[in-house]
Amino acid sequence: MKPSKRNCIVVFTALLLALGVSGCGGKKPVQQPQTPPPQPKPVTATLSASPTSIERGQTSTLTWTTENADNVTLQGKKVDPSGSQSVSPGQSTDYHLVATGPGGTQDATARVTVTQPQQTTTTTTTTTTQSDEELFNQNVVDIYFDYDKADLRPESRQSLARAAQFLNQHPGWRVKIEGNCDERGSTEYNLTLGEERANAAKQVLVQGSVSADRLQTISYGKEKPVCTESTEDCWQKNRHDHFELLK
Amino acid sequence: MQRAAKIQFLRLFFILIFALAGASAQDWVRIEINRGAPIRLAVPDFKAASNDPQTAPLNTVFNQTLWSDLDNSGIFEMVSKSFYPLQTPGSPGEIKLDAWGNPPPNASFVAFGNLGISNGKIQVQGWLFDDKNTASPQVLGKQYQEAATPDNARLIAHRFADEIIYRLGGGIPGVAESKIFFISSRSGHKEVWAMDYDGAGQEQLTHLNSIALSPRVSPDGSRVAFSGLRDSWQILLYSLDLGRLISFAHFGGDNFSPAWSSDGSKFAFSSSMRSGHPEIYVTDATGSGAKQLTAVKGSDVSPVFNPKTNAQIAWVSGRTGLPQIFTMDADGSNVQQITKEGYAVSPSWSPNGLLLAFAWIRHYGPGAPGGQDIYIMDVASRQFVQLTHDSGRNDFPSWSPDGRHIVFQSTRTGSEQIWTMLADGTHQQQLTRTGKNSMPNWSYK
Repeated sequence: MKPSKRNCIVVFTALLLALGVSGCGGKKPVQQPQTPPPQPKPVTATLSASPTSIERGQTSTLTWTTENADNVTLQGKKVDPSGSQSVSPGQSTDYHLVATGPGGTQDATARVTVTQPQQTTTTTTTTTTQSDEELFNQNVVDIYFDYDKADLRPESRQSLARAAQFLNQHPGWRVKIEGNCDERGSTEYNLTLGEERANAAKQVLVQGSVSADRLQTISYGKEKPVCTESTEDCWQKNRHDHFELLK
Repeated sequence: MQRAAKIQFLRLFFILIFALAGASAQDWVRIEINRGAPIRLAVPDFKAASNDPQTAPLNTVFNQTLWSDLDNSGIFEMVSKSFYPLQTPGSPGEIKLDAWGNPPPNASFVAFGNLGISNGKIQVQGWLFDDKNTASPQVLGKQYQEAATPDNARLIAHRFADEIIYRLGGGIPGVAESKIFFISSRSGHKEVWAMDYDGAGQEQLTHLNSIALSPRVSPDGSRVAFSGLRDSWQILLYSLDLGRLISFAHFGGDNFSPAWSSDGSKFAFSSSMRSGHPEIYVTDATGSGAKQLTAVKGSDVSPVFNPKTNAQIAWVSGRTGLPQIFTMDADGSNVQQITKEGYAVSPSWSPNGLLLAFAWIRHYGPGAPGGQDIYIMDVASRQFVQLTHDSGRNDFPSWSPDGRHIVFQSTRTGSEQIWTMLADGTHQQQLTRTGKNSMPNWSYK
């Protein structure tokens, strides 16, 4: 994931630069000397965009010319009869030029098409991480065990099969499998029981075509309980494998 | 000394079997270890031998420590101070032997002496007299001098106590100067701590700030091996000489429950380094040459070498379901199942190599009576004795170097704390009270 994060930052920086450019570049209207018309002449108007297709965050330059018009608007705003302007629309946009003069009204249209950047579109990296983890946690869920057992329950096998499918769609993601036990019994034996529980999940994921070198196992025995009451309900919560996304 | 020790151990063994044979009617039995004929010992307070204001408080520390060491040893019947003659002897010229050797004290031996301070040093003179040998009563005469601190008053008392125990206890060195290593969470993290055998001088050793477990001191007393949580669980070594961690081999997977051979040449521990399954491995003292000893389905953990021979390993395996104690030869051959019911963990081999102490929920199952208690078993005959009763969950027994004591953890006060007892289950004493304390390991000397 590291390289793609870096790309996001590059894109983000480019966007800032581009916004800066659009803020202080452009708007160099070329003044056309007006000659009073002896008689109404036909109004003409042209509008073009260059380039006509951009990636989001990039800019396009609109250039227009008119003849015999005394009121020219672009997107409803008054502009010079001829000129150019940089735009950076967030989505594909039709730009509309209307020129009005004694000889009538003429309009012209140009479309700037906006495409998605090739990298992720969001602009901050933290948002990306959270959503990856949310996605991971929705698809790779904790599994639970019987007392003093590391055997997988049928529903655990199903959820591991779904987890394997999901992980195969995200081949860059690595996973830490954490085996845990309830408070009963010996500290040392529980550490190895947790190890067997983590290993049991790993074997099923490997059978589901997840490469073993993406899977790290660790046992916390009864050292990191999620629940501290001495009840069967609480013990069951603690007899589990938890999965962590490793970046 | 070797011979005397052997006789003592044989006697211990004999008494154990005798007690088992005679106790069939009871659900559990108590045994007598080294208590066939307890020696009646009188220990009057040492006489203050200087006017220095430090004398009285240091003498109090000394007298309390000496009494407690001799009482803890398990080989004496301490004669109550209420029977003592009014005149307290501070030197051989002041003792009237018949006043001590006849009733009411009726002591076989009397330990006495004096303690003074001069030039910032404690000076102690101590004697042990045989009350029944009026012609030549002196068994011991000792002098000690150390800087005048309470710790040194304790140290001198431990040394004098160990001299007496060695002389009267069958030539087996006493344990008053031994140490107990354990895990405490009182700093906010589970770290390795050390204390004197009687609970004094508790001191934090490691500062991992994660989790440290299973401390085991080296036979020469210079290092403590333990399992520490880094990116994975690794066997870590703490040098008591340097006061810091020293390097040890790094293994893949998780690595738990290190154990030293008694000659310091080998390590045994549980590791998932190869298969992902926790198996018992043996390496040399540097951690190289890892050799896998177990390969059967089910967890394997908590290995301990037979300290007498280093030719056998006892350990815990889940290969038959709930954990049970097994033994094997040090090359992995000749596997024997020692316990066959309940939930049995945490073996500790007695110094003479004949007995295993372990924690056992013997009658295990829904609604079954009984808790997790400390037992000892004679490895050859498989006969066993229960040492704790109806007193919370008890675990992690570890033998004292003289084979007369066992340190263990118990929840009987509501939280995990460290206790000691004589190896017959008597004289149970709480050593720790602050935070949670567990996994005690008694030093080799």
